[in-house]
Amino acid sequence: MADAQELGQPVTPQLAIFFVLAAIAVIGALSLILQRHPIHSALSLIVVMIALAGLYLLMGSEFVAAVQIIVYGGAIMVLFVFVIMLLNAGAEERTNVSKLAGVAGIPLAVALLGFLAAAIARSNESAQAGLQSGTLANTKEISMMLFKDFVYPFELTSFLILVAILGAIVLAQREKS
Amino acid sequence: MVPTSYYLILSAVLFGLGVVAFVFKRNVITIFMSIELMLNAVNLAFVAFSQARHQSDGQVFVLFVIVVAAAEAAVGLGIIILTARNRQSLNVERVDLLKL
Repeated sequence: MADAQELGQPVTPQLAIFFVLAAIAVIGALSLILQRHPIHSALSLIVVMIALAGLYLLMGSEFVAAVQIIVYGGAIMVLFVFVIMLLNAGAEERTNVSKLAGVAGIPLAVALLGFLAAAIARSNESAQAGLQSGTLANTKEISMMLFKDFVYPFELTSFLILVAILGAIVLAQREKS
Repeated sequence: MVPTSYYLILSAVLFGLGVVAFVFKRNVITIFMSIELMLNAVNLAFVAFSQARHQSDGQVFVLFVIVVAAAEAAVGLGIIILTARNRQSLNVERVDLLKL
């Protein structure tokens, strides 16, 4: 919250909630990296997703927040946890990590983050105005847009899911001996 | 009132952490989860821009991203179960059939 005061903004409740949720999300993501057991990583990712749902609520997009919790936190992550337990995945074994990952990986990740931060810093004059939280009653607006302007992509996603179901069944069935 | 750039910076940080996890983890399932983390970071940027410009397009795109992520999780976890059954291991170092 110190950098908010440096920018000359009063620390509003929204800003405080943002920083708490952002801290939870970043800590969860770090924990995903640092945990050695996949089930702990999965639980960390669930924490990140719940924190992001809180951020969506803070921005006033309650529909996306609900979908985030139901589909991501509920369906997808339960699928992950289910597979981890099904395969009885143990702690990650340490192997000889290729030197390339250490030498080139970290600088490249830092460089990527730097590029993103530079792009944001250069372009945020217009965005600096900030966003009102909860100003739009936009679930209705989203549904109008989804079923009018984006109706063909929407139908296409149903076909995509059908193909994914078929693919999962074909992949998961036992080979006939 | 939270500036949009804060959301974008958080999104960039989460995406960077997802990239780091993708490069450094050795477990297939964890690598797959880091892809989900990157998708979530992009979703956050979508919603932030959508709310900043008062247009709902971004949130519709987020729905599409979530649908594609669900389909991807179904197929990807099927592939993971298959490789784990064939290789008796979840370590990506063991899955090197295409390696020169």
